[in-house]
Amino acid sequence: MLRDPMVTAVQEKTGAGKSVDADLARRAFRTMLLARATEEKLAALYRAGMIKGGVFLGKGQEALSTASAIFLRKGDIFGPLIRDQAGRLAFGDTVLDTLRTYLGSAKGPMRGRDGNIHRGRPKEGYYAMISHLGALIPVVAGGLYARRLRGETGVVGVTSIGDGATSTGAFHEGVNLAAVERLPLVVVVANNQYAYSTPNNRQFACADLLDKAAGYGIAGFKCDGTDPAACLETLHLAVQAAREGHGPQLVVATLLRLVGHGEHDDAGYVDPGLRKANVGRDCLDVGAAQLIEAGTATAADIAAWTKEAQAEVEAALNKAQREKGPDPDTEDWQAISTEHLVEGQYDTEDE
Amino acid sequence: MSVTYLEAIRAAQEKALSDDPRVFIYGQDVGVFGGAFKATKNLAAEFPGRVMDSPLSEDAIVGMAIGAAIEGARPIVEMQFADFSTVGFNQIVNQAATLYYRTDVPCPIVVRLPSGGTLGAGPFHSQSMEAIYSHYPGLVVMTPATVEDAYSMLLEAVAIDDPVIFCEHKLLYYHLKADKLPDTAQPAGKARIARAGRDATVVTYSAMLHESLQAAEELVEEGWQIEVIDLRTVKPLDTDTVLASVARTGRLLVVGEAWPWGGVTAEVISRIATEGFGLLDAAPMRLNAKDTPVPYHPDLWAAHRPTASAVAARLRKLLTQ
Repeated sequence: MLRDPMVTAVQEKTGAGKSVDADLARRAFRTMLLARATEEKLAALYRAGMIKGGVFLGKGQEALSTASAIFLRKGDIFGPLIRDQAGRLAFGDTVLDTLRTYLGSAKGPMRGRDGNIHRGRPKEGYYAMISHLGALIPVVAGGLYARRLRGETGVVGVTSIGDGATSTGAFHEGVNLAAVERLPLVVVVANNQYAYSTPNNRQFACADLLDKAAGYGIAGFKCDGTDPAACLETLHLAVQAAREGHGPQLVVATLLRLVGHGEHDDAGYVDPGLRKANVGRDCLDVGAAQLIEAGTATAADIAAWTKEAQAEVEAALNKAQREKGPDPDTEDWQAISTEHLVEGQYDTEDE
Repeated sequence: MSVTYLEAIRAAQEKALSDDPRVFIYGQDVGVFGGAFKATKNLAAEFPGRVMDSPLSEDAIVGMAIGAAIEGARPIVEMQFADFSTVGFNQIVNQAATLYYRTDVPCPIVVRLPSGGTLGAGPFHSQSMEAIYSHYPGLVVMTPATVEDAYSMLLEAVAIDDPVIFCEHKLLYYHLKADKLPDTAQPAGKARIARAGRDATVVTYSAMLHESLQAAEELVEEGWQIEVIDLRTVKPLDTDTVLASVARTGRLLVVGEAWPWGGVTAEVISRIATEGFGLLDAAPMRLNAKDTPVPYHPDLWAAHRPTASAVAARLRKLLTQ
């Protein structure tokens, strides 16, 4: 048996949106708005030279990212990647911790020891990515494995990657291991057409990334990543299937990164035709139209929510900017927790 | 009744599984088959669901262990050979080793590396990886040379909250024996004077301890008393015990089975040269394998790695310098 009977057919959802609950749709859209407002501020801070290191944004991927995390509950695991500001917020990360991490506040979750998108709170199920793509897939799988060993059921883990990371050995090993162990893991692939500057035709040769699901013997879903309602419907199904014990689920969403790889990158390599095509739509525009058309919100509501989101970002920035960075003189400079096994600091200027 | 080095490793895992429900073992062929070297023999039957065969995926095996550790488990993963841990290298050095520093969440995993050369094993089943892992902050690297240490240090590796690279030497698996498993243990991180002497200090670890002890024995007939120090744990490195010994002997030879460029032997000499230069009566020396892949042919292999006679020859030079 290659696939679970319940999810034998690849589910394809585009634009229907009928089954999305109005409260959920509003909550998701407001998360998207908050992510966009946060990232617009990050871009401005970067341009003003107030952020050290890179800034990596998820503009255009907010719908998919939000949907990836919004169905998770306390006790679930979320392993976000670069363009998941929205999903992080949906899982419980805050704008304040985002800004603290970018600005290097000692009060942020990474305490200045790591920055930008490498943040998390692993004890709360919010895993901190490393830069090596695909590497978080087996880690989330392992978290789920440990939960199962403890007898916990109904736990789900979601992790996301891009089209580029599907070419890594870590992706293959991690998805295959999760399939063999039949873990409740949802892997969300944001096929945003480019890995940094490398287009899909230099990245993979299969007709569709979804074809990989069959190769691993797991369920596959496909959706339009520019369509918030389709993303919510698809991720709802995938998370539910994983939670009910149907093993790993691969979700492939098609969209376009509407910014550079990082803010240092003007993305001049993006085919202008793609920007004008369906795949180049801004999911926030699509989402606003969907809400208005469904009568779930008015244009005035959306304008008010946008202002609220911007105000929240401003308030968080005011706080984060006043916080101190880490102090090299009081850092413990310890890479392990076992005191008697800490290596001395040789060849450095210790007292 | 005696117990081998390999049996001690198996017994330590059995005890860890028995004492702590958070412990599980994951790796290639470790289940019903009991592992390529039988280090997990019968454990799958004894602890159902806790000793599991993995896919042939070193990256995912280590990654999976890291995730499990975040959630409070105590995974022991077996790399079938230390050499194959290169495929899991990224997870070990970038994910496991950085987790505590970055997130304040410790990563209590044990990665068992069946290490070192054996007859006919060739370039890809003989490697000694301790130096490359020691280079990375965030890892503890254990290199037990005795049956007692194989047992007690593996138990300590499981108990501590940090990632441990456990380099167990395959050459010692079957022939190295002790009367019984130890009841007490010297903690990891402390070196041990394996043989007391006054004329020169040999600092070594793992299988090279036994070559060095044999060399020291050889030199007794020539009137030399050689002190031999077993580092036991190469990271952290117990510099104090080495310094104290060199203060007594004035001469230092460091012996390791790994390749010569950089590495544990270079690190020991660097530390003694910078911190104990005045203690030395002669330039310190080191002896490593040759700087080529580990050769297959027994004659080439015997010449590639340091042996007791090579250690003795190097000591004679050091003593007459």
